[in-house]
Amino acid sequence: MNWFRNKDTLYGFLVILPSLVLLGIFVYGFIFQTFYTSLTDWGRDPAQALSANPQIRFIGLENYRELFTGFVDARFRQDLVNTFFFTVFFILGCLSLGLGLAIVLDRSPKGEGFFRTIFLFPMSLSFIVTGTIWRWMLQPQGGVNQLPTLVGLPRGEFAWLTSREQIWQVSWNDLPFITALVVSAVLVFIAIAAFRGGERRRGYIASGSAALLLLWALTLGRSLQPLPFDELHGFNLAFIGIILAAVWQMSGYTMALYLAGLRGIPEELREAARVDGASEWQLYQRIIFPLLAPITLSAMIILGHISLKIFDLIFAMAGADNAPTDVPALLMYLTTFRANQIAKGAAIGMILLLLVAAVIVPYLYSQLKSEVRR
Amino acid sequence: MIGRVVQYAVLFVATLFFLLPVYLVIVTALKEPSAITLSSTWQLPQVWYWESFVQAWTAFLPKLQNSFFLTVIATLLSAMLGSLNGYVLAKWRFPGANIVFPLMLFGMFIPYQAVLIPLFQFIREIGLGGTLWGLILVHVVYGLPITTLIFRNYYAEIPDEMIEAGRIDGAGFFGIYSRIVFPLSVPGFVVVIIWQFTQIWNEFLFAVTLVSSPANQPITVALAQLAGGEAVKWNLPMAGALLAALPTLLVYIFLGRYFIRGLLAGSVKG
Amino acid sequence: MRKLFFALVTAALGSLALAQSGKLEIFSWWAGDEGPALQALIDLYKKRYPNVEVINATVTGGSGVNARAVLKTRMLGGDPPDSFQVHAGQELTGTWVVADRMEDLTPLFNQEGWMNRFPKGLIDLISYKGKIYSVPVNIHRSNVMWYVPAKLREWGVQPPKTWAEFLTVCQTLKSKGLEAPLALGENWTQQHLWESVALGVLGANDYSNLWNGKLRFNDPKVVAVWNTFGRVLDCANKDASGLSWQQAVDRVLEGQAAFNIMGDWAAGYMTTTKGLKPGEGFGWAPSPGTAGVFMMLSDSFGLPKGVKNRTNVLNWLRLVGSKEGQDAFNPLKGSIAARTDSDPSKYNAYLQSAMRDWKSNRIVGSLVHGAVAPESFMSQFGTVMEIYLSSRNAQAAANAAQAIATQVRLGQ
Repeated sequence: MNWFRNKDTLYGFLVILPSLVLLGIFVYGFIFQTFYTSLTDWGRDPAQALSANPQIRFIGLENYRELFTGFVDARFRQDLVNTFFFTVFFILGCLSLGLGLAIVLDRSPKGEGFFRTIFLFPMSLSFIVTGTIWRWMLQPQGGVNQLPTLVGLPRGEFAWLTSREQIWQVSWNDLPFITALVVSAVLVFIAIAAFRGGERRRGYIASGSAALLLLWALTLGRSLQPLPFDELHGFNLAFIGIILAAVWQMSGYTMALYLAGLRGIPEELREAARVDGASEWQLYQRIIFPLLAPITLSAMIILGHISLKIFDLIFAMAGADNAPTDVPALLMYLTTFRANQIAKGAAIGMILLLLVAAVIVPYLYSQLKSEVRR
Repeated sequence: MIGRVVQYAVLFVATLFFLLPVYLVIVTALKEPSAITLSSTWQLPQVWYWESFVQAWTAFLPKLQNSFFLTVIATLLSAMLGSLNGYVLAKWRFPGANIVFPLMLFGMFIPYQAVLIPLFQFIREIGLGGTLWGLILVHVVYGLPITTLIFRNYYAEIPDEMIEAGRIDGAGFFGIYSRIVFPLSVPGFVVVIIWQFTQIWNEFLFAVTLVSSPANQPITVALAQLAGGEAVKWNLPMAGALLAALPTLLVYIFLGRYFIRGLLAGSVKG
Repeated sequence: MRKLFFALVTAALGSLALAQSGKLEIFSWWAGDEGPALQALIDLYKKRYPNVEVINATVTGGSGVNARAVLKTRMLGGDPPDSFQVHAGQELTGTWVVADRMEDLTPLFNQEGWMNRFPKGLIDLISYKGKIYSVPVNIHRSNVMWYVPAKLREWGVQPPKTWAEFLTVCQTLKSKGLEAPLALGENWTQQHLWESVALGVLGANDYSNLWNGKLRFNDPKVVAVWNTFGRVLDCANKDASGLSWQQAVDRVLEGQAAFNIMGDWAAGYMTTTKGLKPGEGFGWAPSPGTAGVFMMLSDSFGLPKGVKNRTNVLNWLRLVGSKEGQDAFNPLKGSIAARTDSDPSKYNAYLQSAMRDWKSNRIVGSLVHGAVAPESFMSQFGTVMEIYLSSRNAQAAANAAQAIATQVRLGQ
């Protein structure tokens, strides 16, 4: 026990141990078990699916193969596309509205506290409550669609949550290619930034991998066809309503983050800029926005992982069955508990975890690293 | 001058955006079921009809009680554990704490769908299937990362000299906690308790999968079922939504400052 | 002597029944308009066993879409309700019985003398390997087309007899300014429409062959079903997904649409909730192309293994299967009794006509309501529907349906 500096550190370890064991089981143990389940055939045989002691067989990555290239799982692929668009617009909406409101409130208008309270209150509500409210707001012939009639205009006709219209369609077969292009574009961008900043090693690595990826995309990537036919996926317009409700609920959060950031900028800095003759716009562009960049990044990541996990809002707003507004988190629930395809549900859960981890792990890493440095 | 006008115009439009749904909820909840039509959605009720609240109250009272029971116990337990853990991680860093902490934090970001199936089996195996206690256990465990994080950051502000002084006075690990750290923790507890209260009260996924028998249902599940069913009459879901929202809303209105602190702590550094 | 013996036994049983206490939890999706029928049954139960506390656990959502997911979490989580509503057929046998979750009720059937009180075909639906697993309470018909006679006269059209005729009538109505002659509701009602179209296009033999594996889903005949289905959809309202089945029926009653294809619980809704008289306020016909065929579904209650209040459940099942119970429940529910000896005078005009058809028609089972395909097929059929609705490609939908049928070993 000489690992521990003294008896008190040992006590400390013993106090935290139960929590560590619990989290070890509930987080890592269960993730591992889900992963194992996702490699089995649990649920394919109806006799075993709901049996008290199911007999299940190991089938490798078959469930994953089906999800990405199987004929029947088109819904999962559309759900991935849905999540992508939802995440993008949800983050954009929250950031721009949140920043706008924070800037206005930062200028201390009359009744600032009142407005802040109003903009933030949806954060305290359950997604279920928000969903219930907005479900009513977005009834096809009522709510929002009736608003124009209040000022004498004709009623809106948009079928908010049930519209089957889809725009920006791409074939699933083109996705590997497009993804490779986008990722290499980002890498090139990083490389340029690195060279400018004088970090040559970083620059070489980034530009090298960009070149490799491009090479792959233009040769092998073009001929890679996950599906034997073209399957079109795009942005479901039915999601506009969901995005609206989600922004209503969460933009207060970004506002609070930005407001805290703005209040943290010393007044002298602004004064100095004004003395130097900077216009109000230049002040924001040159001084304030760059200072807010780390907050934007944090907010993007927090919002991003919320949007990847979004479940209750859609459940309450459109119901679990409304395919145009489906997402993987919801499909996992349906696949497991309604279609009894437990192993496939586990596979969807794992894919969701990978998506979230891709966002969160680098973030946690950088946050804690910078903290140690500090 | 123009800046001022634009500023207040923005505030006005934003206020409208945030408050219109509230107006609609209240107005709908106060209408007679037969008076609720899509075309008169936005009009004030002609007769003020309080019956919906009475009905929602009788239907939801047991569920509200479930939610209170669950939320209060799970919040207090996770706050206590979080405080002790935070104390350890801030002041008694054992070997390997630097690795353990991020591993703990990851637990608060995972999509719970990735643990749902084994979790479900586990709760059944230990005999808590379908009970509120099972749900409490789950909320306490998955609440640990955030409560630990908030307390750890909070205790980091307590100067090490104070701990040293305690040691010189002969106090040990527990003595320092109970005599020095705990008495200073009240604001930390307020933040954590408010945060956990809101989170657990509002939670849905665990509630709908782990506790589905109506006798043990928390309010969110009951509301989702009421509104998601064949709700042709919207007065009841709206009154129900108000009831379900009230506790967290009150907390927010009266303790908003602490609520915002919990919010900001959620983005890791705080 | 025998009489005396029986009297003694009955008295003994009666006092036992009186002594019976504890709880009984009934799980179903009969809320709202369908609630009173269940309540009538519960009231009867309470009269017989006043000391038993009955917990009425309903989960709303038409055709049990929400309820089934909740039921599953409860069964898997080791918290089974004492008795739950389940559609007779594959939803029961292919989901719960094969998984060894239900108790054998054959002794109860023998004891109560039910073997010749229920139609043979129905008992087959609730049997697995020669044993019986649930007690059917009612029979519903799935393939019914509803309309308002006065409105049809006003528009000058007759209820169509085939789907081809339906499409012609649809054009006529559209030319008279009726935007969507067919009223349609949320997801499962679209699948409900599909099964009526399939039955009408394929006929009873081929329809039944789909479920025993003799007719493949990618057969040109079934592709033709999807094509017809697509044209029928063009006659329906665009906001379907946002409407409950009741709201879709309302469209017909309000004259915004001419027809609605829905199970005959719609008759219950129109008579009980809307106060309309069958034959005057609303009219009905078999859905196009299905005259002489009765597509049935039946709600039943079973006994899950490991329940807490087994005796109370057995008493509940006795009531559910009794003549008294069924004649109290069904007139309110808008369904006919599963027993063959019910009293027609307790039923309204629509139900009496359904009783006649039930006795004389060819019987087939419903897909959406769990009679002919296991849950694993049925719930994934929703995906097939999505493929069709988003692509309008009949062949793709047919292929997907066959892929699922193969995967779940339908008909084997």
